[in-house]
Amino acid sequence: MPDAVKGTWVQIHRVVLKSEERSPHLPDDTKKVPLELRLKGFLTHDACIGDEVEIETLIGRRVKGRLVKVNPEYDHGFGRPVPELLTIGMELRKILGGDGR
Amino acid sequence: MSYEAVMARKNEIMKKAVGIDYQVFESGSIAFDYERMMKEVGYTIDEIRKIQAETGVGNTPLIELKNLTKLARKLAPAGKGARIFVKDEACNPSGSFKDRRASVSVYRAQKLGFKGVIAATSGNYGAAVASQAAMRGLNCIVVQEVFDSEGRGQPEILEKGRKCEAFGAEVIQLSVGPELFYTFLCLLEETGYFNASLYTPFGIAGVETLGYEVAEQVRAATGRDPDAVVITHAGGGNVTGTARGLLKAGCKNTKIIGASVDLTGLHMASDRDFNRKSFTTGHTGFGVPFATWPDRADVPRNAARSLRYLDRYVTVSQGEVFYMTEALAQLEGMERGPAGNTSLAAAFAIAQEMDEDQVIVVQETEYTGAGKLPSAQLTFAREMGIEVRRGDPADDKPGERIVIPEHPAQIRVKEVNLDALKKSYISNCIKHYKVQKLTGEDIKFLAEDTKTSEDYVRMVVKELGISI
Repeated sequence: MPDAVKGTWVQIHRVVLKSEERSPHLPDDTKKVPLELRLKGFLTHDACIGDEVEIETLIGRRVKGRLVKVNPEYDHGFGRPVPELLTIGMELRKILGGDGR
Repeated sequence: MSYEAVMARKNEIMKKAVGIDYQVFESGSIAFDYERMMKEVGYTIDEIRKIQAETGVGNTPLIELKNLTKLARKLAPAGKGARIFVKDEACNPSGSFKDRRASVSVYRAQKLGFKGVIAATSGNYGAAVASQAAMRGLNCIVVQEVFDSEGRGQPEILEKGRKCEAFGAEVIQLSVGPELFYTFLCLLEETGYFNASLYTPFGIAGVETLGYEVAEQVRAATGRDPDAVVITHAGGGNVTGTARGLLKAGCKNTKIIGASVDLTGLHMASDRDFNRKSFTTGHTGFGVPFATWPDRADVPRNAARSLRYLDRYVTVSQGEVFYMTEALAQLEGMERGPAGNTSLAAAFAIAQEMDEDQVIVVQETEYTGAGKLPSAQLTFAREMGIEVRRGDPADDKPGERIVIPEHPAQIRVKEVNLDALKKSYISNCIKHYKVQKLTGEDIKFLAEDTKTSEDYVRMVVKELGISI
């Protein structure tokens, strides 16, 4: 059973430059790691996670890479309420009210 | 294709992809005719307004921030506290002033017969190009720096990537590193698409309408020219375009003030530092290097040259910008940002130096939401081990601590020494072009490019030990 069938929206991963192929002008921490690429598109064939696959992107370009996610989620959010910010509005209204200075 | 091989073909690839031969404007060792380039390659204000009207860009409202003005006056000495206005650029189709830049680039690409456009940006510009490309029926690729080596994505950049995909663009998400430019060049070669660079003459000309509208709207609302316009400063295009527009509208005495978030100490190409900053643009990591070496951009001659226009350059801390973002929402009912709120924080402090009858303008807002809000950024910062607390923002330390002010009186600006930046720019020109002797044209150019005099340039050059 494939993890994803042809036409599924997926994310692929590819190493663009290995650490030794990277620009000579980099800080040490960046120099140690490869330059990686992630890209989404529609699978052009059935495949399993970890397979080398081909996708067709939103503009119809065909790109190869390793299948890492099926129907990848947008997982960035609004975050948790920040106590340090929550009271600012009340504090400012008090100042504008005339006795908060 | 090796990194070196592609980088060596940089100029050749670029020339095809922007359709401009920059060499025709060059003379001397350093000099190039900036105004002629803007005139011959750019468009007039009227032409740009027409192009932008076709896709619903521009003519955004100017809003007086009456409650923030009142608050500033409570904190200022008697008679001080200028009227604060904001230009609500979030009303553009993709939610930021970047639509002005993208509109002209994409129009140009369409006119020249390109099938698609490519932009290298992690910011709102990607969404703007994607939106304009959608309207004009062109393909769009956006190349972003998003992840660290652990695969963790900056929430604000993830949101901007989502928005690009929503407009039908292909989004290439890269890990940290300046070789984004290498990937970008490979894509330009492979696709033959147009380079919708942020730094072409037409991109910058697109922002001129913003300054022009500010002049018109402030005159209509107050009967005077704006006394100061505060502009969030990163790559220099926002400052350059806005200042040029103000000048074209005849605002000769308006002070042009750049404002950046202070991220001193964080290395912009560091895998570790990447996710330890809460602002992905409008910060000193772009503002300072682009001011002192604008031609580091993805075109041979950058049309964004902030030192030509800046009268003053200030920084504010991350905590101060978060505080003002909250204040804008709570007192003015406008949830916006983050980028424009950098100049808002600066304007709030600077208004208190100015007289009550004067006018200070914050020249942009941007759309906000998931990933971009202070709550999203500060939640992420805490996960990355950054301390967040209330206190004196003078204790803010980029990458370690974000200090949210305890009182609005603690919001202050820090001056950036423009003179030092100008000297550094002149020195960079000499180093980059390996100049042994400067011509009269070079001196004249450097004086214009630093808003100084030929005598000033001669003095700096003498200090550097270069003959004239």
